[in-house]
Amino acid sequence: MFTQVKYYQPYNSPNDPCPPVRVKSYQTPPQLYIGFQPPNLQQFSPKQALYCGTLWPAFYSPYPDPDGRNDDK
Amino acid sequence: MWYYEKKLQYPVRVGSCNPQLAKYLIEQYGGADGELSAALRYLNQRYTIPDKVVGLLTDIGTEEFAHLEMIATMVYKLTKDATPEQMKAAGLGAHYANHEHALYYENAAGSAWTATYIAAKGDPIADLYEDIAAEEKARATYQWIINLSDDPDLNDGLKYLREREIIHSQRFREAVEILKEERDRQIFF
Ligand SMILES: [Fe+2]
Repeated sequence: MFTQVKYYQPYNSPNDPCPPVRVKSYQTPPQLYIGFQPPNLQQFSPKQALYCGTLWPAFYSPYPDPDGRNDDK
Repeated sequence: MWYYEKKLQYPVRVGSCNPQLAKYLIEQYGGADGELSAALRYLNQRYTIPDKVVGLLTDIGTEEFAHLEMIATMVYKLTKDATPEQMKAAGLGAHYANHEHALYYENAAGSAWTATYIAAKGDPIADLYEDIAAEEKARATYQWIINLSDDPDLNDGLKYLREREIIHSQRFREAVEILKEERDRQIFF
């Protein structure tokens, strides 16, 4: 299973003027991984689809990441 | 910092006196998808992209300056000995009025280079897709200039530069794949 958020540790110098953010994140949403949409994907209920902006959970990309973490937390 | 090697990345030869080609070539000098835009776009994005692809942006951004130098050499060779009459006939009368034989960062239609040609979104995926698109647009521009040019010596250099855009695009696509990988995941979770 892919993740929609990746984390990396940027270089921090001991001489940086501000307190360092040790871990930064970036988004890798689902359309990067799927290519042509396969047929018969699982669907949201119509009401949930309206709420999410897509009929298919495979393409749903919540932001901010609900069970993820923010940078440096 | 950079070290400078006092030679071109690939030899530039211009076979015929055709100042009008300079007017078209300037698109790759100071145009939206030209070499200056490319170099500045990539070198600027390095600071806010994951460390794994910073080196790639440095390498390609640096090579774009070598390409800029080749284009400058072509434009200079084509215009340095042109009379005002020849400049006018080549559509470069307005350029001559402002710059004489100096090169300038402008596109084929004479509009000055602007920072709005380049993007820096701060989102690594968005920035790399921008870079891939920029390489394909630069490749297309080389195709259109080759179509306009009947100088086989000049076209030899342009075909080399077109091929480099293809390789750059490939490397940026590989960078996207690197950023999509799940590497280092267990370190943070
Ligand atoms: Fe390039």
